[in-house]
Amino acid sequence: MNYWMIIKISLKALRRNKIRSALTMLGIIIGVAAVIAMVSLGEGAQQQVQEELSAMGDNTVWVRAGSRRSWGIRSASGSKNTLKGSDFEAMLRECPAVKAVSPSAGSVAQVVFGNQNWNTRIGGYNEQYPQLRNWEIAQGHFYDVSQVKSASRVAVLGNTVWKELFSGSDPIGQTIRIKNLSFQVIGVLKAKGYNSWGRDQDDTIVVPFTTVQKKFLGGVLSVQSGIVQAVSARATYAAEKQIRSLLRQRHRLGPFQDDDFSVRNLSEIAEAAESTSRIMSYLLAGIAAISLLVGGIGIMNIMLVAVSERTREIGIRMAIGARPNHIRIQFLAESIALCTLGGIIGLLLGLGTSAGIAQFLGWPTIVSLDSIILSIVFSAGIGIFFGYYPAHKAAGLDPIEALRYE
Amino acid sequence: MSTSKLASTMKNVSLPSVEKDIVIALRDVWKIYDTGEIRVEAMKSVSLKIARGEFVAIMGASGSGKSTMLNILGCLDHPTRGIYLLDDVDVSTFSASDQADIRNQKIGFIFQTFNLLSRTSVWENVEAPMLYSDIAKVERAERIQEALRIVGLSEKAKALPNQLSGGQQQRVAAARALVNRPAILLADEPTGNLDSSTSNEIMSFLQKLNHEKGITLIMVTHEDDVAAYASRRIQMRDGEVINDEIMTPNVVP
Repeated sequence: MNYWMIIKISLKALRRNKIRSALTMLGIIIGVAAVIAMVSLGEGAQQQVQEELSAMGDNTVWVRAGSRRSWGIRSASGSKNTLKGSDFEAMLRECPAVKAVSPSAGSVAQVVFGNQNWNTRIGGYNEQYPQLRNWEIAQGHFYDVSQVKSASRVAVLGNTVWKELFSGSDPIGQTIRIKNLSFQVIGVLKAKGYNSWGRDQDDTIVVPFTTVQKKFLGGVLSVQSGIVQAVSARATYAAEKQIRSLLRQRHRLGPFQDDDFSVRNLSEIAEAAESTSRIMSYLLAGIAAISLLVGGIGIMNIMLVAVSERTREIGIRMAIGARPNHIRIQFLAESIALCTLGGIIGLLLGLGTSAGIAQFLGWPTIVSLDSIILSIVFSAGIGIFFGYYPAHKAAGLDPIEALRYE
Repeated sequence: MSTSKLASTMKNVSLPSVEKDIVIALRDVWKIYDTGEIRVEAMKSVSLKIARGEFVAIMGASGSGKSTMLNILGCLDHPTRGIYLLDDVDVSTFSASDQADIRNQKIGFIFQTFNLLSRTSVWENVEAPMLYSDIAKVERAERIQEALRIVGLSEKAKALPNQLSGGQQQRVAAARALVNRPAILLADEPTGNLDSSTSNEIMSFLQKLNHEKGITLIMVTHEDDVAAYASRRIQMRDGEVINDEIMTPNVVP
């Protein structure tokens, strides 16, 4: 038998009822488009986490006040106030694996310049912050250790805040008001863009943490967290150990008392974030896969109807010499063609959606060759799996009965 | 000796090994439908032989078993008991696949309701059997053209069945039946859906086909006027052959 001819017959049958074929394909199209778009979002997010991880440097360690359990939830209530700025100075002095430190004290505030105002995060850090975060100055300069010691009211703007308040004009030396206190702008940070959690990293103002403690937090000496940089990636583990023993000593914790702080390195955090985003993308892919399944059931349904409608035709073909297998292949070819075509259209739609998301929402998307091949193969597979029963039914028809069918 | 005397001498000598070329042989064929509740003996102990080139009419009332006979002869069904030899091959117990092959190669069908593939051109309809038998495109085209020429519809190659008259559709069906050069043509009430003048046209055509091309033609009918075109009449009743006689067809070619 000329299998190419059977395929031509099948395609002709699909063309005969274009609207029905299109509607049948819809389930597959949507399913595949959804899978492609979701997976590309997921891969883009994971990629960005990787990039940020390597940009941050994987020798970064985070120290937070309060026990480990509060890591997952951003809550200020119930956290201890035993972590101090001086703890971090001690780390730098006494832990050989530590290269740089900065305590962190933050707030959210309304910032005013002239007739512009903007609500933003105020990040309080010490003078080592640019080095710790790999964040360069674009204009002016960062504050120094003496300004930190004296809790000066100086501010370094993030790119977004600069744009909002100054509309691109030179901000250096200007005075802005943060929570009604005047601060002098001494620098602007280079633009960094959005991070993988969807936050605009440039929407911030960096001031000395001592200033935040004194002016915004009522003069407390404690800090909620801080960043520590180990001398190298390999030294991170040693740095964590040293920090832990130092803090236990400084906080006078007995051998049976839990840590009143937690130490985490960045890769652990990144892993946690990555696994969250991975779970999210699996969930989304799962939903998309379910829609593909539904699409497949639709295919089976329509093919059963088609077989029933074309019983007479099947009888005629059998009479002129079509073997049961020829009939089976004819109908299988129809369902495979429907599904593969639907898969290709869905692929194009998914690629377009993915590009659109990247363009208009700014979220990163990555389409791998794997997912393209997988979705086409999977759609063809659905065509085979869900098309088999109807095709088999068609092949099993009794020619005499089929010829009598009205 | 003169040829005629030789001929008459030969007639009296029995030469069992030299039979007329037998294309169909049924030996004690039974078809029994037994569903447990009902038992129907659609064909009972039928034995017959049909030689190549014969034009046979199988007649009977409905329920006589003539349709069953046609289905068995056409390899659309199996005998429950007995042997069916088609072209010296025992097809009685062939698988569905093999039966399909036999139908493709050896048998051409002409149905009462024409049974052309709808929304498919005349050309593609006639081509259809060849798609199941691996014939190259060029040869397919030749055969289709030849078949259309035989039935006189060469200029209608692109037409669709619903654009043709009943008689034309039946001729397309005949062309399709011939295209794989079968050993036998099976016609089931070929004029059942045609008016009387078209019926006569078709029957003359089939008769001509039988005489000029020597194609064995087996026709099931319940009408005497249609059966009159054949040269042999097999009468069936209640699943049995009750009469089998050579006839003089009404139109002498």
